[in-house]
Amino acid sequence: MSTAYPHPRSLVGTIGVVEGTAALRGGIMIELDGVTKVYGNGEVQVRALGPVDLLIEEGDLVAIMGPSGSGKSTMMNILGCLDVPSGGRYTLDGVDVSKLRDNKLAAIRNTRIGFVFQSFNLISRTSAVRNVELPLIYAGDKSRRRERALAALERVGLGERAGHMPNELSGGQQQRVAVARALVTNPAIILADEPTGNLDTTSTVEVMRLLVELNDAGRTVVLITHEPEVAEFAKRVIELRDGQIVRDVRQKQLVAS
Amino acid sequence: MIWEVTRIALRGLRANKLRSALTTLGIIIGVSAVILLTALGNGIQAGFNEQFGSLNTQITVTPTEGAVPGGGQARDLTENDMEALLNPRDAPDVATVTPIVGGAALLQVGGDQYRTSVTGTTADYLSITDRELTAGRAFDEQEVRTNAKVVVLGPNPVNELFGGNPTAALNQEIRIGSAVFRVIGTVEATGQQDDVAIMPVGAARSYLTGGDDELDTIIVRARSAEAVTPAADQITAILSERHNIRDTAKRDFDVQALQQQIQEATQFLSFLTLFTAAVAGISLIVGSIGVANIMLVTVTERTREIGIRKAIGARPRVILLQFMLESIFLSGMGGLIGIALGVGLSLTGAAILPQLIPDFPAPAVDPSSIVLAFTISLIIGLIAGGYPAHRASRLRPIEALRYQ
Ligand SMILES: Nc1ncnc2c1ncn2[C@@H]1O[C@H](COP(=O)(O)OP(=O)(O)OP(=O)(O)O)[C@@H](O)[C@H]1O
Ligand SMILES: [Mg+2]
Repeated sequence: MSTAYPHPRSLVGTIGVVEGTAALRGGIMIELDGVTKVYGNGEVQVRALGPVDLLIEEGDLVAIMGPSGSGKSTMMNILGCLDVPSGGRYTLDGVDVSKLRDNKLAAIRNTRIGFVFQSFNLISRTSAVRNVELPLIYAGDKSRRRERALAALERVGLGERAGHMPNELSGGQQQRVAVARALVTNPAIILADEPTGNLDTTSTVEVMRLLVELNDAGRTVVLITHEPEVAEFAKRVIELRDGQIVRDVRQKQLVAS
Repeated sequence: MIWEVTRIALRGLRANKLRSALTTLGIIIGVSAVILLTALGNGIQAGFNEQFGSLNTQITVTPTEGAVPGGGQARDLTENDMEALLNPRDAPDVATVTPIVGGAALLQVGGDQYRTSVTGTTADYLSITDRELTAGRAFDEQEVRTNAKVVVLGPNPVNELFGGNPTAALNQEIRIGSAVFRVIGTVEATGQQDDVAIMPVGAARSYLTGGDDELDTIIVRARSAEAVTPAADQITAILSERHNIRDTAKRDFDVQALQQQIQEATQFLSFLTLFTAAVAGISLIVGSIGVANIMLVTVTERTREIGIRKAIGARPRVILLQFMLESIFLSGMGGLIGIALGVGLSLTGAAILPQLIPDFPAPAVDPSSIVLAFTISLIIGLIAGGYPAHRASRLRPIEALRYQ
């Protein structure tokens, strides 16, 4: 095992348990049942995914790996309700998501799921705290909004940068703002598509530490990564190839050395 | 949530200040042009009505010159003919009659002399022809009855004999033909009949034109604009009767109303106003195409931003609202500034133009043009923003996020 990454638990301390999260119940959070995704129509059709069956338990920390073009992002986008499957059934926390319409999907993305992207995807010319506040605005949630956004920024260690614009922040800081935005609505699931793909080692450690802590606090975390070192933080590793799951192992999380 | 989305929309506009300003400029120019041009058109129409409106009820009766077609010598119009027109039973639609006899005479003051035309008439001549006094007064009925030797001078004789100074002319003794008259007033220049000396009809006959009771013209006022046609018919009937004429082709007088010409001119002017408004409307359309263009570009350019907002839970309606608001702000602001500019320019024009160009009609802002221009600019905002915003709100989040 690589020693380039210190164990996340050794970094815990400043971040408390996220409020309102139920303890691990051992329930099923995500259930894919013969899910496929086909791109294109007519003659040139590409099956990017599936059919895939997959169960992810509440409170798990799953890393998805696999070569480029193997369908990782395709699957993640379906999990995050950013895209709809071409076939099969997706049940999220007991709700059949594949049947929902735009408004309901928006509500689920807003309150149940926190999404972290490889390219940060902060809204430009909008301060960090306003970015973090946005999901609360879209939830129509008025209570202590600014306070909660600031608390989320504190949690990712960026309390001092609340007023900064995205272009005034480093990549690692931007990704931490994105993590704050993902967790501000207190979602049950955090999905992250190569969250450390654009980051250096130090920032990678910081972001992974945050994700592990969110998982420790009871959230289900699914992340895509190309880096074995990052996958070592996970409790379970799934490997995709040509749109199929070819390996699915439980592993002991990296333990403090 | 509307308040927050409003703030997001405003921030979106502020992020692109120059572009927003330029877009608004198109609407500003369009709206202010609509208001200003209709105000100018209105002013011209109002000025026309003021100047020529009084002609609307006027009928002139003149004798036919020379031989009547197919008949003998034409008969003169006389004082008695005029009196007959005032009979309320035969001519209920006639309000007033004013006689005119005309001629020419030499005016002399000291060594200066000037030849001008003479109008002999009654006391209400000036009010009927809408001539303003520049000094003194008009002659009254008493002076008309007594054939008083008083005269009101037009601007040309005042210029020639009194150096253009109306007050210098007042109360001066002036020889007209063989008699001495006193100048009691002077009238403004109107561009027509400025070369004139106006005096009581009896005085003109006695001292200048001769004759007993012939009249060169009778000016008749109808009771109202609607009464012009019946009044003209009544006049024709009375004079035909008095002149023993049964065949209309053999009439020895002309009855002429200006009403139709005036109305045609008024209609022509309103077409002109409509035309200028249409030209302004085109600039408003050009401005709105600018807004539509910018909104399309804005939405396309910010597809990724839309994807992010959707990914974190913005409903389609919220996205629609944000971009609609941006577009309505742009066009609404443009509309408001355009109204301020258009009204401001019209008022400035009303204050300055008549001083720079005498007789230039002051622009008059039409309130309905303000309402119309503002409504149009808002509708433009709704449509220009609505279409791209609707498209954006329908995008699947992943499609929007992948957009390059
Ligand atoms: N919008 C699309 N239209 C057509 N084909 C697509 C589209 N998106 C993805 N694909 C195809 O689907 C397959 C899976 O793509 P996906 O993005 O899921 O790969 P990935 O595992 O995330 O790869 P990477 O590690 O490079 O991010 C690829 O072959 C890709 O070309
Ligand atoms: Mg990918």
